[in-house]
Amino acid sequence: MTRRAPPPLPRRRLTVLDMALFGLVAAAVVFVAWRVNSVLVYNWDWSRVLGFVARVDDDTGQWVSNLLLQGLFTTIRLAFWGTILAAIIGLVMGYWRTCDTLALRIISRAYVELIRNIPPLVFIFIFYFFISSQLFPALGLDSIDRDSPWVDNVFFRFAFGEPALFTNFLSGLICLALFEAAYITEIVRAGIQSIDRGQWEAGRAIGLSRGNLLRDIIFPQAVRKILPPLAGQFITLIKDSAIISLISVQELTFLATEVAATTGKTFETWILVAGMYFAICYLFAFVFARLERRAGRARR
Amino acid sequence: MTPSPLVEISGLCKWYDDFSALHDINLRVAEGEKVVICGPSGSGKSTLIRCINQLEAHQLGTIRVAGQEVRPGMKGIEAIRREVGMVFQGFNLFPHKTVLDNLTLGPIRNRGMDRSAARKLAMDYLAKVRIAEQADKYPPQLSGGQQQRVAIARALCMQPRMMLFDEPTSALDPEMIAGVLDVMEGLARDGMTMIVVTHEMGFARRVADRVVFMDEGEIVETAPPEQFFNAPRTDRAKLFLGQLLAH
Repeated sequence: MTRRAPPPLPRRRLTVLDMALFGLVAAAVVFVAWRVNSVLVYNWDWSRVLGFVARVDDDTGQWVSNLLLQGLFTTIRLAFWGTILAAIIGLVMGYWRTCDTLALRIISRAYVELIRNIPPLVFIFIFYFFISSQLFPALGLDSIDRDSPWVDNVFFRFAFGEPALFTNFLSGLICLALFEAAYITEIVRAGIQSIDRGQWEAGRAIGLSRGNLLRDIIFPQAVRKILPPLAGQFITLIKDSAIISLISVQELTFLATEVAATTGKTFETWILVAGMYFAICYLFAFVFARLERRAGRARR
Repeated sequence: MTPSPLVEISGLCKWYDDFSALHDINLRVAEGEKVVICGPSGSGKSTLIRCINQLEAHQLGTIRVAGQEVRPGMKGIEAIRREVGMVFQGFNLFPHKTVLDNLTLGPIRNRGMDRSAARKLAMDYLAKVRIAEQADKYPPQLSGGQQQRVAIARALCMQPRMMLFDEPTSALDPEMIAGVLDVMEGLARDGMTMIVVTHEMGFARRVADRVVFMDEGEIVETAPPEQFFNAPRTDRAKLFLGQLLAH
């Protein structure tokens, strides 16, 4: 006897209740728009703000990026290098949290507790002072030759922005990475500890060294497990990069403050900036979701 | 002159905090010998064999493997572990690697074997445990019995001088057990030195040279299987066997 095919599952479609909910949300949006229009008496003017995204250069007659777009690029650079730096610090510290050496466990634990229990803003003010006024001079980084061919070339500008602003960019980057890496540390620790003890034992039993065991057995499995929370933390990093505008790193939020002040067009500026942040974060989440699916497929 | 034993344990003691897990264990296992360890759960059987390759550290006594003393925290433990294969109750295969990669990892990393030689070796052992057609699958795709046979092949790939089995069939469905025991019996016929912690008394009768009965962290009785099963000398062994048969 052949088994019957299963009946088709009902298709997901919008019900009356869904429509009612959409209606409520739309009504709320319309109400807010009406309030802004009638009560605030706000004079919308997007053209001035858009002029700060890109403008036509008077001398050459070509389109060039203006403050907001330059800020966006700096934020993207911060996001890119910050993610890499925070991932490296978080991976090392996360491993230290789980390793046998007591001193390393104490150091990494202290790092995590210190950063998690201080407001990011306060942390950044303190560390900015140390990094840019103490550490950089000690390393000689504040006196790098801005005209040397190592710094003044197209690749450097693409990767790190204006050479003149490099130390400023670097101090912001290190602050941001140190701050976010504390949270990544805890994610990595949880990932390593979620791996079954039997995996360690099996690796030891076939004579793997500790390094090989971590590289071949533990980390690959842990990384797969922590991809979702890691993606979330990286997106948080991008959003938190706005905080370092307060130490005058010329990223999107810093320059947007200037644009809003210059034009007086507060709403337009910040709505535009919000859209830019949304685009970066959403794109990042999309890429990570793809990555996650690929990692999931390899397992099957 | 009698050859020195492959494993020589004397005066071994181990505590978990103040709980005495192993007390004054003395055991010698000669090359080619097959020893079955049995006893009630919590009697220290697993702890004992896990001390041999230092998955557990002991506090007192000496363990020698092939003449070399095994100490907790010692350097170069990897060199001893490659001579001592181990099979676990829960298989412990690496789920993110294919069956073949599970097998080749040890030989490549520990023995420094090149990839193609390791693959050839691995395929030989997979054929030996009758599972060669599954080489490119991932462990979670296999049944429990198949996974345990892969785990045996993984241990054999290190070309060890002896094998430790820690309740290898306890986590298996009944219909899977025979296949795993078959592989183990084949290994015994080939002359492998084996220490097997198991409740499979039929296997013990067929394969063991000696049965070691443990209770409360001590070796209570050691005897050839016929003698142990038919005429146990101690009351504790009688009680244990009675419970096993009544079951």
